[in-house]
Formats: sequence, structure tokens, C-alpha cells
Amino acid sequence: MPNLEHPAYPAADLLQLESLVPCRESQVSMLLSIFGERQQFSFPSIFIYGHTSSGKTYVMQTLLTTLQLPHVFVNCVEYFTSRLLLEEILTQLQSCSPGTEQTSPVHCDTLNDFVRLFKQALASQELQDQTLYIVLDRAEQLREMEANILPAFLRLQELTDRNVTVVLLSEIVWELFRPNTGCFEPFTMYFPDYSIGHLQKILSQNHPPEYSADFYAAYINILLGVFYMVCRDLKELRHLAVLNFAKYCEPVVRGEANERDTRKLWKNIEPHLKKAMQTVYLREISSSQWERLQHDGGEPGQLKGLSAHTHVELPYYSKFLLIAAYLASYNPVRTDKRFFLKHHGKIRKTNFMKKHEKTSNHLLGPKPFPLDRLLAILYSIVDNRVAPTANIFSQITSLVTLQLLSMVGQSDQLDGPRYKCTVSLDFIRAIAR
Amino acid sequence: GCFVFKPSTKKRRLSEKTAHDFRSTSCDSEDTELRFVTYQSLWNQIKFETEQIQEDLNKQLLDNLVSFLSRSHSDFHEKTTKWTCRMKFREIPTAALVLGVNVTDHDLTFRSLSDVLQDNITPYVALLEAKDCPGIKNLMQKLMGQLMNCDIEVDSMEDEDCVQVSRNGIRCSMPSLISWYESVTKKTDSETPSKKRNSSSRHWQSPPVVVIFKDMESFTTKVLQDFIVISSQHISELPLVLIFGIATSPMIIHRLLPHSVSSLLCIELFQSLSCKEHLSTIIDKLLLTSRFPFKLGEKVLQVLINIFLYHDFSVQNFVKGFQLCIVEHFYSQPLSVLCCHLVDIKKRVYSLSHDQCENIRRLPSFRRYVEKQESGKQIELLTNDSFLKEETQKLLEDLHAYHENYVSVLRCLHVFTSSLPKYPLGKQIRELHCACLENRVWETEEYESSLQLARMLNKTDLLTMLQQCVEILMSSSGKEFDKAVEKLKEFLTQFQNLEEASQEQDVSVSSQKELQKKTDLYHLQKTLLELKESRRSKKLTKFEMLRFEVVDYIDRLVRKYLVPADNRTLHEIVYFNAATVLRGHLNAAPRTALHTALNNPHWYLKNQALKCDGGCISNKAPDICIVYKLHLECGRLINLVDWLEAFSTVVTAAEEPNADAASSDQVDDIIHARFIRAVSELELLGFIKPSKQKTDHVARLTWGGC
Repeated sequence: MPNLEHPAYPAADLLQLESLVPCRESQVSMLLSIFGERQQFSFPSIFIYGHTSSGKTYVMQTLLTTLQLPHVFVNCVEYFTSRLLLEEILTQLQSCSPGTEQTSPVHCDTLNDFVRLFKQALASQELQDQTLYIVLDRAEQLREMEANILPAFLRLQELTDRNVTVVLLSEIVWELFRPNTGCFEPFTMYFPDYSIGHLQKILSQNHPPEYSADFYAAYINILLGVFYMVCRDLKELRHLAVLNFAKYCEPVVRGEANERDTRKLWKNIEPHLKKAMQTVYLREISSSQWERLQHDGGEPGQLKGLSAHTHVELPYYSKFLLIAAYLASYNPVRTDKRFFLKHHGKIRKTNFMKKHEKTSNHLLGPKPFPLDRLLAILYSIVDNRVAPTANIFSQITSLVTLQLLSMVGQSDQLDGPRYKCTVSLDFIRAIAR
Repeated sequence: GCFVFKPSTKKRRLSEKTAHDFRSTSCDSEDTELRFVTYQSLWNQIKFETEQIQEDLNKQLLDNLVSFLSRSHSDFHEKTTKWTCRMKFREIPTAALVLGVNVTDHDLTFRSLSDVLQDNITPYVALLEAKDCPGIKNLMQKLMGQLMNCDIEVDSMEDEDCVQVSRNGIRCSMPSLISWYESVTKKTDSETPSKKRNSSSRHWQSPPVVVIFKDMESFTTKVLQDFIVISSQHISELPLVLIFGIATSPMIIHRLLPHSVSSLLCIELFQSLSCKEHLSTIIDKLLLTSRFPFKLGEKVLQVLINIFLYHDFSVQNFVKGFQLCIVEHFYSQPLSVLCCHLVDIKKRVYSLSHDQCENIRRLPSFRRYVEKQESGKQIELLTNDSFLKEETQKLLEDLHAYHENYVSVLRCLHVFTSSLPKYPLGKQIRELHCACLENRVWETEEYESSLQLARMLNKTDLLTMLQQCVEILMSSSGKEFDKAVEKLKEFLTQFQNLEEASQEQDVSVSSQKELQKKTDLYHLQKTLLELKESRRSKKLTKFEMLRFEVVDYIDRLVRKYLVPADNRTLHEIVYFNAATVLRGHLNAAPRTALHTALNNPHWYLKNQALKCDGGCISNKAPDICIVYKLHLECGRLINLVDWLEAFSTVVTAAEEPNADAASSDQVDDIIHARFIRAVSELELLGFIKPSKQKTDHVARLTWGGC
């Protein structure tokens, strides 16, 4: 691994940085060489992408803070309108100048204002001789704002004529960003996923003070063996590691095994971790419930997960409406006569099933149907006479609000509304019982 | 929520115009004012009672939630350096509250929930509804508005800058929310101790901010996701707790949120009481009690229960329907003035006017009663008002006594029937109640079969049931049950005495079995047949005898006390029986009404000229009716030209019976205009719409081309 070297920054800082960003040394040194020295102009915009939890945000943040580079860090999900975003950047800019006076609320509606205010803010500070970094996390949100926001950020250096670099962080590739009017191409950089070795290294780094590093590393090894197949999210893995560590230590605490007895410890923890994968990881039961269970030594089976409660109690006619909707959604119209009429005539045996219909309707998904068809099927499947009362109609609407049916197309009631049934066969079976 | 239902308008109208409205339709001698006052006091009692029941039922759920909330952020301000706390990812505590599909009832639950929270946990509770939050921006605005307003409400002594800030429309973003939270919590910390007492004794240093999503299903995925992502980033600065109100099943969380988002939450499940149980309690406490003088007739009760079970599962609507019954009863029945508590009856009976006495004499049940009396008394009853009043008072007191006994005996019977296999008389007491109200329950087949089954109960069951019956009868206020209680207790002791005897018999039976064991199949069959023969002729054991006696006794009680209310004299005063009126109000049929209006205008217009039989179309009917009837004969697509021709034929038919051919070729301009107007009216009503398939055709939208 190359040690981080850069003439512009003190070696101690670089060393500290290196210890803070394990397994990302090459990316950091690359960034450093792009940034150059403090006063040098850098690339106008840098686009960094990589999968969830590949350390984009963390690396940028540690890099900028350890080297004490002037920067503004904004999450675009949080500032969901362009106005909020721009104002937030300006506010942070005010506060990062050394001699801060009382910050006044900034008002900035358009990018034009932003460029003007931005210049003012920079002029008033001693930031002119340093590159200012604006980091926009979750940059994919920028696409949903006004069309001029993204191109303008990409060439902010040129627009403001100041020493500024915009860094965009995102989970998707640059090709999905490019506006069709064309724009300045940023320097793109990819953060690859952590490999299992990386994960092992990073997770073992923070071991609890009561236990040795080796002991914890062995635990992490077991944990990764179970969870690596389903989850590579560092945050999630760390969370799971903490949740289950107490259980792992149990034999040691009770004195049944010592820290080196890996096999015994493995036997103890493995089924437990598997259970955790089926419950906590899927958020079937919450982590606090899991911890309490562990603490009391109870079986996880006692606590029913979220998906155990699938049964929905519905009023009598709502049930029939839903069943009718299901039938209307998954049966072709032609078969209605055959299924729901008493005297439907002869069924032609040959050629009845055309070739394309052999693929199951369940694979094709629900089809929309008009209200009248729903009611016609309802009348034929309910034994006694059903009056088309307001209550029946309002039940259809309430099924739509409960997301059991969904309305297709325009919602004009006069124009013959069409619906789709969105529930699964299992659900219908449970209801029809 | 879309279980449309608005009976409250009637109530509002009544309370606004008060008794004036009652009076305007009926003459003053019928005590309208008093009836209205009686109605109001009765309704207030019932309302109070239902609210009480609701509160009791929700208590468990709310307690659980409160303990969850108080646990959720207990470590918020401890800056722990413990390894586990440092390493663990901080999730947002979330309560998934499954409330059932009766969306109309949720409001009340949420209201009581937020009240409880504000009393016990935190002043910062925000209630969000999906319809207010189409985007994350609106959600934040709504959230901040509610939180900051609630702050102003809590300490109204606050200096003005807080108010100004919220008025000026500050930026709706998380940081401003956080800074607001910090300032608010700091303020309560730094306040003078005297002022601090009242606030911090209820809430702690940093009360959590509770955000309730009322209807989780209707929120769009994106809004929820964004909000959760944003707030999870600030969870260490703002102790947020989410509550999801779920109407269907908790699976909806996984359907709405991807794993990356749901992994930010720490979800715990809470389930409210099922609405059916809620209804049972309501019926038990409101209807099966002698506390309220007003009663529902069988058909009316059936209508209300059917609406509940078949349509909406809404207890709120059931109570509203019940209220409508009360209003209707007091409004339409002049004698309902006597529908009051026992203590007031005497006074009210004696202050009845002559007209009211005549009203009593007109009651069918009273006339039946009169017919049974001897002639001298008959004349007295029909002519002498004061004698009538005396008699009425006595009858009403009888009716009250009947109710008290009825309820107790009904409960006893329910104890027996509810444990029988297959529940011939229904599992719920409400079904039994309906059966008893409908007709003489002992004449029904179900009763017969349930008695049969009861005669086969085993001893332990029978004993517990008898015990329960004794308790029910003891607790009832009726005076006539002393004997019954004694009798039942006697049965109990007899059963206990049986103990030894039955043990002896067991021995003999087992020895008999021993004998049979060593025989081949043929012999076994033979012995079994013999055994059957002998058993048929054999005398019943003591236990069986006693069991028969018990069942017979219960039967006698039923026959004596569970007489249907229709048979009681003066039942019209306290029973509301107008089921058709109620159905018309609560279960409207707009399609049917529209069809009737257009197909048979005479029904609503009451014009003799419009009266016609079945198929023919009268030309005197309104244009739209003619057009409607003609369009019923068409298929899915209607040719406008043909339609117009048919219309003009119908309209001109009677006017000039011997019209010449030339005029019929050219359609009159006025008729043409009338036709177009009628057609566009039909379009407005949603029966037809212009079709794109053929230019001069329109498409039918209803009962498509049948």
C-alpha cells in the first residue's frame, strides 16, 4: 500500500488521515493529487460514485477536516429545494470564516443571487488564497431540482471566478446525470466496494476495550461468514456485530471457555447469528426487542415478527369486493360468461386455450377492469341479493385508500373508473377462507 | 378514510334550532319541549358512557405505547462513552400501530393517544395525514407548524419572538427544527424553579418529539423515505419517535420502505383491540342494561349490526346510528316523553294532556291489552283519563321490571348457549338477544337443539355454568330472582353430593368393560347391541336426572322472562322499531333512487298524469325521463339520430295523432333542442359519454349494454 505523501501537507496530518481511512489509501492519494496545494486551483468539479457504504461521504469528510481545508458539506436529500440548498451553502460559508460575526439569515432564491452572494462571502474572508470545497452528498437529488442547478454547480469555478471546487457524491453513475442540453464534464472517480478482507479489517479496528483485538477479530470473522452473503453494508454489519457480541462473550463470561476456544465459541454463536439474520436483519423484530430477548435469554420464537401479522380483518362485503376485484384482475373478460353465468352454453374444447394464454396470468400481473365488471362479478358471487347502496361504493373507495385496490388512470368518477387489484393470491386465499 | 357517513347533520340541525324544530311539526300538547330535553339528557349519558368504554378499551394499548415512548430515548442526553453505544447505529424508535380497517374510528384513538402523550411524555406531538403531505416540503411545513404551535400553546406566557419566528415562515428544514428544539428545551431548563415545576414534573429534560403518521397506507413512498432518511441523520440532536397508524397489516411497512430505509428504524408492533370485540362491549354496556330507558327493536338492531358487519366495521358509525334511532324515536313518537327513568315516570304520566291519553289509547299493544280486560274496566280505560294514567304507570313499571329480568335471564341463557358445540343460538350475546327479541325463542328449532345439547353437558362444565348463573342473578337488581338463586344453589349442592355416588358407578362401568375386552369381533358386536338395548331401557343415573332437571329449570326461566318485547303492553313507548326509516337514512342507494326517479317519475313527483304501467312511455313525462327510458333499450353504443327520432315520435305521439308524413320527416327545432338538453343532462349524470369509436354515437356507462 502506498503511504500518503504530499509536499503541501504536514506528514503528521497525513499519517493520522491514513489511520482513519483504512482500505481507501489509493483513492485518498488520488484526491490529494487532484486537489494540489492549498492555493492552487483544482479541477472545477469532481464526481465520486460507488455503491452504498463504500466510504464516499466518510472519506471526503475525514479528508477535509483532518487537513483543515475550507469546505461546505451539504446533503441534498435534506435540503430538498434549490432555495434551501443554496441558502444552506451560504450559511455554512459564513460560519466557516474565522472571525464570524452574528450570522444573519440569508435569502437566496435563484442561482444568479447565489453567485453574487457567494462572491461577497468569499471576498469578505481570507479564503481567497485557498481552494474552497463544496461537497454535495446524494447528488442524484439535484436532478429533480431546476434544470440549471446541476450544470451551474459543475462550472461554479468559472461562473464565480473564484477558487472553488464542487464535489458531487452519488450512488449512481455519471451517465444518468448528464442533462440532454450538455454540460461541463466533471472528473469522475469510482469508489469500489469493500472486499471481505477490507470489511474484516475495518470492523476489527474498533474492538471493545475489555477484550483483546484478536478475540474481536475472530468474532468478526464468524459474523462475516454468516452475513457476508446477504449484506455488505458496513453500517449494518457493524450494528449487527454490536448487537450480537454480548451473546458471543457469554461462555467466556461464565467461565465455560477461554478467549482462544474459537470452536466452542463458534458453536455457541452460529445458530444465534442465523436467527438474527432472519429476524433483526430483515427488521422483522426491532433491535431493541432483540437485545431484550438476549438479555432475558428467551427464545426468539416467542416474539412474532412483522410479517407474522398478515391477516387483515375486513367487513363482509369488502371481502367479496376484494375477491371480485381479484377475479376481474386475473381472469380474461371472455371467461366471465363461462364462470359466472348459470347457462353459459357449451365449452368449446379445442382451441380454447390460445398459445399465449398458457403463460400464467399471475406472472403477467393484474389487469385493470371497469367498475361495472367488478359489480357484476360481485353480484354473482354473493349468495343473496346485494343492493347497490352508497355503502358498497364507499367500500370500494376505502379499499383504494387501504392500497388493496388501486385506481388506474384518471380519477374522474363520471368517466367510468378503472381499478386494479393489488393483493396477492395468498391474501385472497386467507380472506376467502 | 372513506367510509362515507354523515348523520351528524341532522343532529346539528336539531341542536341549533333546539326544540323549536320539534314543535313546528307537531302540536304543542305533545310535550315536544320535554321530549327534546329528555332526548338530550339521555344522549349525553350514552355519549359519556361510550367515551368511557372507549377509554377503558384503549387503556392497555396506550399504556404500552407510553412505556415504549418513555423507554425509547431514555439515554438521549447521557453522553455515553460506552463502547456499545458508540458503535451501535442509532435507529429511529418507531411504533407500528395496527388499528384495523375501520378508518373512521381511528381519529378518536389518535386524539386520545395524543392527549395521553401530552399529559405524560411530551408536549411535542405532531399528527400528520397523507392528504396534507403530497411532498416532503409540505410534510416539513406541516410538522413544523404543528410542533411550534403546540409550543406556543403550552407556555402562552412566552415572549413574542417565538411567535414572530413562526409567523414569518422560517425555512422548513431540519436544522431550523433542531435549533427550535434546542432553544425550547434550554428555556425550560433555565426557567425559574417555580415555573419549572409544573412543566418538568410531567415531562423530562428532553422530551421526545413524536410524529404520528395517521394513515400510513396513503403516504407516498418517496415522502416517507426522504423524511426517514433526513431525520435519521439528526437523530442524535433531535429525539424523534415515529408512530405509524396502520389500517391493514404491518407488512405495508416493508412494502412501502426499501430495506435501506427500514433499516434506519427500530420498529415495534402494537395492536389495538379488534373492532368486533369493541362492538360487543358497546352492545353489552349500552343495550343489554336497564340503565337506559330507550331500547332498540329487533329489526333496527339487526340493521345497525348488519351495517357494521357487512360494510364498515366502524363502532363510531354504530354509535351514530344508535343516536339517530334515539333522535328519530323522540321526534316521531309523541309518547316517547314517557321513555324516561323510573323515578320520573309518575310525574310525567300525571301531567299528560288529553291528546296524549288518546295517543296511548291508539297504541296497538294497548288496544290488545284493553280487549283482554272485562267490559267495565274497558270502558273506564277508554273514557276516564285519570284511570288510564294510573293503569299506564303500572304498566310502565311492569315494563321496567321486565327489562331488568330480561337482561339477567338472557345472560344466564348465554352462559349455556355460548359453550355448546356449533353454537346453535350464536356465539355472541347480541345474536341471542336478536333471537329473543324476534319471536318466542323457545319455539325455534335452534333453541330446541341447544337444549338437546345442553342435556349432554359434562359435569364440570355444568357446575361452572351454574356458578356463573348464580353470580349473574345475584348481581341483578330484579327482586324476583331470590327463588331462582336458591334453586340453582340447591342444584349445586346436589351435584356435590353426587360425587361419591358417581364414583361407585365408575367402578362398575369399568368392570363391565373389562369383560368385553377378551371377546372376538362377533361377540363384541353382540354385547354392544345388548348393552345399547339395556341402556335404552335402563333407568337414568342420578346425575342425568339432575342434569335434566337443571335444563328444565333454565327452560322454565326462559319461558317466563324472555318473552319478546312486542308482546308487552306499551312497548311502543320505549322500543324504536322503524327499521325501514333507519335503513333509508343509513344505507342509501343512490343508483336505485336515480333509476326510480328517471324510470318512474310518478314516484317522486306525485303527478297523476305521470302514472303509467310498466313498459309504455308517457309523453307527459319530463324530457330526461323519456330520453332515459329510450336509452335503456339500446346497446353499448347509441346512435344519436335514431335516438332523436324515437324521442320525437314519443313526444309528438299524443299531440297530433294523425300527423302527416311530411312533418315527421323534419324534426321540429324545439324538439331538437329539448332532446339535446336532455341528452346533456344525462351526460352530466354520468349515464353516457361521447364515444371516440363512432362520431355520431354516444357510449353508455351504466349497466353496460345489458
